Amino acid sequence: MNYHWNWGIFLQQVQSGDETYLDWLISGLGWTVAVALAAWLIALVLGSLIGTLRTVPNRGLAMVATAHVELFRNIPLLVQLLLWFFVVPELLPRDLSLWVKQDMPAKEFFTAVICLGLFTSARVAEQVRAGIQSLSRGQKMAGLAIGFTLPQTYRYVLLPMAFRIIIPPLTSEFMNIIKNSSVAFAIGVLELTFQARQMQEDSEQGIETYLAVTLLYFIVAFSANRGMALIERRTRVPGYIGGAK
Amino acid sequence: MIKIANISKWYGQFRVLTDCSTQITKGEVVVVCGPSGSGKSTLIKCVNGLEPFQQGDIIVNDISIGDPKTNLPQLRAHVGMVFQHFELFPHMTITQNLTIGQVKVLGRSKDEAHQRALQLLDRVGLNSQADKFPGQLSGGQQQRVAIARALAMDPICMLFDEPTSALDPEMINEVLDVMVGLANEGMTMMVVSHEMGFARKVANRVIFMDNGSIVEDAATEEFFGTPRSERAQLFLSKILSH
Repeated sequence: MNYHWNWGIFLQQVQSGDETYLDWLISGLGWTVAVALAAWLIALVLGSLIGTLRTVPNRGLAMVATAHVELFRNIPLLVQLLLWFFVVPELLPRDLSLWVKQDMPAKEFFTAVICLGLFTSARVAEQVRAGIQSLSRGQKMAGLAIGFTLPQTYRYVLLPMAFRIIIPPLTSEFMNIIKNSSVAFAIGVLELTFQARQMQEDSEQGIETYLAVTLLYFIVAFSANRGMALIERRTRVPGYIGGAK
Repeated sequence: MIKIANISKWYGQFRVLTDCSTQITKGEVVVVCGPSGSGKSTLIKCVNGLEPFQQGDIIVNDISIGDPKTNLPQLRAHVGMVFQHFELFPHMTITQNLTIGQVKVLGRSKDEAHQRALQLLDRVGLNSQADKFPGQLSGGQQQRVAIARALAMDPICMLFDEPTSALDPEMINEVLDVMVGLANEGMTMMVVSHEMGFARKVANRVIFMDNGSIVEDAATEEFFGTPRSERAQLFLSKILSH
């Protein structure tokens, strides 16, 4: 292989400006984390709501929730992103459409957050539903029998156990949202993958660039995973299957 | 106290309860027995509206269960229920299991609820387990906690759905002892159970169900003396032969 290695490239200044390439990558990492965390918030809140609604006796609500899940998990993520960016603004009322296209601040960022949040909410919803349905029917009856309303039964009896049960798949989902945020480069969010492409072109040191970016993604996803593992340990129920004795 | 009037229930095309009627007056203890699949668990779950029914009505303390305007949560708060598989809330300590309903449903203060919980744990002999989790207790202990949880709501009557059938034989008596104590204090009780010893000891009446219908409904002495239906006689001869 006839490649000119240069690991010092990260501390060198970019072609046009006084930043270093490392500055670019760190700023990209910041946007990656921002997109991922904001989208995760939407995914968790909306996914929990939709997943819960899929299990309620009211057929209408359950159907709306099912439609949400099917809509957002049957279209590729990248296509959804392009739809949100190029198509949805055209379908809005005229004034709003103009504002989105011309004046909306951080338009790329918010588009990516909404897209990724909704996409992931469908997946979170399915996990929440699976968690609730894994509990025995008797748990719901026991909640109702002491006089809880159905929402109270969910709040105090079903959801606390369901969430504990689904922490492992939710962990994967949290890591996925960090990694999936890389598609945001396609609409020009200045996140890590975008900065990596820019650095590769500017420095012509593609291998160092992508190895560094790989490491950065790995570190962020791995930290997320360790954080979730901590939550899993903290919420473990003594004496319960899989819990500490 | 509890009036069951011509209850019928279907799961789709399949009829699980056929025209069941009976009454339980205040302070009475009624044991419901019968072969598995006879509808006894379904019937007792209809009494507090956990299972819907399509025909007839059930009146508990002058309130109609079948009436869609009835506030079922409010009614259930005063009808204690004990399940075959205990159904304690696994993520809460024993004390929390006993206080949550008092605080969230009855609106008692935390202190008051805690006092009542400890008092009831004392009664079922489980003070020392107050801070443990359900998964750390034996089946018999869990079922006693479940009874205490129901009593914490100061119920006007208690429903027991096969409270001992998921227990190891050596643990059955500790649960039955608590139930006998309750019966002797005058609690109104409807008990789905095969514990014929318990029935003989404290029941005022025994109901025998088969195939979704009430076949026998007789005073206890009468039931164990001369059950009128052949089916009940056969059932008794099978379970009392050992």
